[in-house]
Amino acid sequence: MAKQLNIFVENRPGRLEAISKNLHASQINVRAFTIQDRGDYGLMKLIVDNPNKAYLALADLGCACALKDVLAIRIPDKPGNLHKLTMALAQAKINILDAYGFVIQSNNVGVCCMEIENLEQSGAAEIVKDAGFEILEDEQLYEI
Amino acid sequence: MQITYWNKEVETADDSSLKSLQLKRFKETIGWALQTPFYKRRLGKVGINSAYDIKSLDDLKKIPFATKDDLRQNFPKGLLSLDMKDIVRIHSSSGTTGIPTVIYFSREDIDNWSDLVARCVVTTGAGPGDVFQNMMTYGLFTGGLGLHYGAERVGMTVIPIGGGNTKRQIKTMKDFQTTVVHATPSYLLHIHSVLAEEKIKIDELSLRKAYIGAEPHSENIRLKIEQLYGIDAYNSYGLSEMNGPGVAFECVYKCGMHIWEDAYITEIIDPATGQALPDGEIGEVVFTNVIRRATPLLRYRTRDLACIIPGKCQCGRTHRRLSRITGRTDDMLIINGVNVFPSQIEEVVMKIPEVGTNYLIEVDKVGALDKLIVKVEIYSKMFRGDASQLDALKGKIKDELRASITISPSVELHEPGFLPVSEGKAKRVIDNRPKE
Repeated sequence: MAKQLNIFVENRPGRLEAISKNLHASQINVRAFTIQDRGDYGLMKLIVDNPNKAYLALADLGCACALKDVLAIRIPDKPGNLHKLTMALAQAKINILDAYGFVIQSNNVGVCCMEIENLEQSGAAEIVKDAGFEILEDEQLYEI
Repeated sequence: MQITYWNKEVETADDSSLKSLQLKRFKETIGWALQTPFYKRRLGKVGINSAYDIKSLDDLKKIPFATKDDLRQNFPKGLLSLDMKDIVRIHSSSGTTGIPTVIYFSREDIDNWSDLVARCVVTTGAGPGDVFQNMMTYGLFTGGLGLHYGAERVGMTVIPIGGGNTKRQIKTMKDFQTTVVHATPSYLLHIHSVLAEEKIKIDELSLRKAYIGAEPHSENIRLKIEQLYGIDAYNSYGLSEMNGPGVAFECVYKCGMHIWEDAYITEIIDPATGQALPDGEIGEVVFTNVIRRATPLLRYRTRDLACIIPGKCQCGRTHRRLSRITGRTDDMLIINGVNVFPSQIEEVVMKIPEVGTNYLIEVDKVGALDKLIVKVEIYSKMFRGDASQLDALKGKIKDELRASITISPSVELHEPGFLPVSEGKAKRVIDNRPKE
């Protein structure tokens, strides 16, 4: 069964940077992640290439984290398949606590979606562009 | 200014008659105290084995100070001097360590206490014809019932509404044309901010006076309340160990609170050495209650810092005046009128396995009210990785704190290592409220 690394993180500047720095130091490759927002704190949920190593790397630093079993389900990328899956779970009265989806393309483009506070005023888009990244317009995002 | 008295003879008694009344009651109290297990031991050690061993008020100095710890260690009946069949009321407060303290009252004790509170009310010029809305909490806390009995005795129309529910307070003030209220100063400021929301103007109310107490406040806060409502606000002082409210109260001149010295023999001491301080010097307030049959308490250290205001008051009362409380000798916090010890919070959070070793208590002022925030760290080894676990933990901390300190704080969960470490003298309390 697939393992997901869940990390308790406070909602304040620099926390994700600290976690990603430590994962980098342990040469962990992140395949997917999402954040479950709970107001003043959140849970960062990661799929990584080596969950045990990642867990130990963070736990050694005192992070509150845990490995969770997750159902990693391959869904053919066609309309209706998500509904087919959720219908099966619904009929069995199975409650989904949290879920996220990502699409991996053969040309190996990863997409990270970030929610930025005061996006317009913060100038985040310019900062990202200046750092050499391309910001995908919504049409581009759909076509990936 | 018109001066009214409830008991003119006692209130204006000269020094020698006041002292001889104190001595008579002090002797009686020693007799009662010797009937308790606690004082039989304690007074025996200093050679007081009967009321006849008391020759003068100076003999008071032989008696060791009593503290909150004495009350706790002798809970529940170590200071009870009567049979339970003669007890008509119990008031109790939560202690800092979870062990409560208790004060028992006989019928006569309640009667004496009510009479002192009646004295306070009349001292401010209130009386029959006044509608008194008592916004202080009723129950084990003495603030509500104490004023209630005194106001009824004077003949005011009492509305025992208790604390909270601001909209209802406002509606009640309007419906019954309340003339006198009793509340914490912060609550009165809060009510004022809601008046505008409720589209009620001050001149639709009939308010004339407010009794403000249960939390320290500055002269500026009093003036603000007086200006906002167009009323007179009188400072009130009391503590449950000395029955409750009615220990000291301001008269119409509002220049310090007259301590009813026929009932409470008052000393101001240096908290470090226990030595008596002269009038005008700030020290710890120490009281000997000489009007309570059921629970005698001698030389009780209140941990409140204040001074006796020297000189005579224009109102003609001879009882000396207590200044505002300028601070505490311990780390007690007063949150919207409720006494909270950081150690109570520590005890609760440290019992919960999912909480790490560090915590921080923060107090802020939001509008007119105090806000208590308790910050704890997650204990990493107990973390299972679920958001539901975190929500449940937050709820559990909140519920258990409410059960212990009676108010509901906001709880913040933090990552391990975020809060100051517990080794050494970590600062555990941050009080951000403006000091006035």
